[in-house]
Amino acid sequence: MSGLKLDRRRFLGLTGAGASSLALAGCDVFDPLLRPGAEVRSVLEKANDLTYRVQRALIGDETLAREFSESEIRQGQRPNGSTDPTSMEYMFLSRSDFVLYKLRVTGLVEQPLELSLEELRNMPARTQITRHDCVEGWSCIAKWTGVPLAFLLDQARVRPEARYAVFRCYDEMPGGLAGPQPYYGSIDLIDARHPQTILAYGLNDQTLPIANGAPLRLRVERQLGYKMNKYVHTIELVESFADIGRGKGGYWEDHGYDWYAGI
Amino acid sequence: MTTTDAGAGEAIPETTPAPAGKGPLVYRQSIFTRLTHWVWAISLFFLLLTGLQIFNAHPALYIGQESGFEYDNSILRIMPELVDGQPRGITTIFGHRFDTSGFLGMSGTEAQPQYRAFPAWMTIPSYQDLATGRIVHFFFGWVLVATLAIWLVSSLLNRHFVRDILPRGQDLRGLPADIGKHARFSFRHGRSYSPLQKLSYFIVLVILFPLIILTGLTMSPGINASAPWMLDLFGGRQTARTLHFIAMVGLVLFFVVHILMVLLAGPINELRSMVTGWYRTSPGTPREKGDR
Repeated sequence: MSGLKLDRRRFLGLTGAGASSLALAGCDVFDPLLRPGAEVRSVLEKANDLTYRVQRALIGDETLAREFSESEIRQGQRPNGSTDPTSMEYMFLSRSDFVLYKLRVTGLVEQPLELSLEELRNMPARTQITRHDCVEGWSCIAKWTGVPLAFLLDQARVRPEARYAVFRCYDEMPGGLAGPQPYYGSIDLIDARHPQTILAYGLNDQTLPIANGAPLRLRVERQLGYKMNKYVHTIELVESFADIGRGKGGYWEDHGYDWYAGI
Repeated sequence: MTTTDAGAGEAIPETTPAPAGKGPLVYRQSIFTRLTHWVWAISLFFLLLTGLQIFNAHPALYIGQESGFEYDNSILRIMPELVDGQPRGITTIFGHRFDTSGFLGMSGTEAQPQYRAFPAWMTIPSYQDLATGRIVHFFFGWVLVATLAIWLVSSLLNRHFVRDILPRGQDLRGLPADIGKHARFSFRHGRSYSPLQKLSYFIVLVILFPLIILTGLTMSPGINASAPWMLDLFGGRQTARTLHFIAMVGLVLFFVVHILMVLLAGPINELRSMVTGWYRTSPGTPREKGDR
């Protein structure tokens, strides 16, 4: 068998066969196994639970994301996703500079809150220069100013059974036959109470622009951009998000993306 | 587990002579080497094709912490462009533009062109689906890491690492002669790997695998928080993403050469050794205990 000698023609023939089988293999044979709801996909999705557990065990709850210096802000924050919500309520509020805007904190809290932008701006503020990582692969450094979410949660006195903070937003996303779906998302209370988790109303020393989520957007600095909901109007504390939307914890999660986006 | 300690065993008298013109069958690959080899083969296949899917979501690579949108720090872009009113797939590397229509930047058929960086036949899923690409990529990322850990422990314990992977002085001295032999397609099938083999496996297992895993982790905002030194080591998240891609290219090059070498050295014998562990050596190979 070791005596199997290859002349040039045979060698080229074998190489060609190898290359074309590789080309075929990449085709659509795996597509049906990976569609939402497919059994194989649901097994593979468990890797995200593992990543979540390992990162939670490995990374301290209070460990900060890297903060950058002023000189490292070299461009404006690139807007992504919704950049101009068109619901009547949002357009009405934005036309009047959000003076009528109220952030509501509801759900499993002892003291539900309703806060105007003015009240939010008068609360303790945090400013941080951080890197925004989009799930697509790009990064952008910008300066964010806002009120720490932990401060709002303390004011509202979160009840012990609460496990997640759900953010409801003004922007609507395509939802197929079901019509436009309001954008929403969720994070666990470790990220919700993280010192760098803020509800930002300022970007690069200016008022947060509409394209970046005015009047208020979430920053969760140890996760990817799709977890940092823009145009937030309500924060709801819940024990489970199983009966919200399609039950996966967010608009993008309902459309196949992992719930934990720390990677 | 049986291992054959190449070159160190005692010579034994031939009781069952090897077939005419053939050397003895030696037990060359332990069960750990064989299992981890095939698990990696499957994992790397999925990691590559889902990696290209993920790359397609933002088909550009940069140097630094961030991606320049208002300035240019990109070193690679694969995008469709209008050239003289016609859509073309343009690949830009270090500012040099190449028309790669039909493959990169624009593929599919003339009637139904697809505007995407890597073509459908190179990605999983075949259609544009970043979410699914990520799910499959991270699953096999875990498999790759776990398999590497199992391989490392077993190969240190059964001495495969020291014996067959770690290049030593005599391997480096034998390198020029070995390059000459490879260039003439002249292979001698001995008990242990040739210097070039050792070196290439060493580069894959000790340099490229750790590099691709660490640069992958450096793209994780969670890991960035707990290990910011990795950002400094690789020069920022976007440089890490670029290095991740370059390590991928290195592994693909290794794969191409690896397959060529298997075909040239005798695919059946080589495949048998990676399936059953047994390898037919060249005539004249001294027999040792355990050989057949």
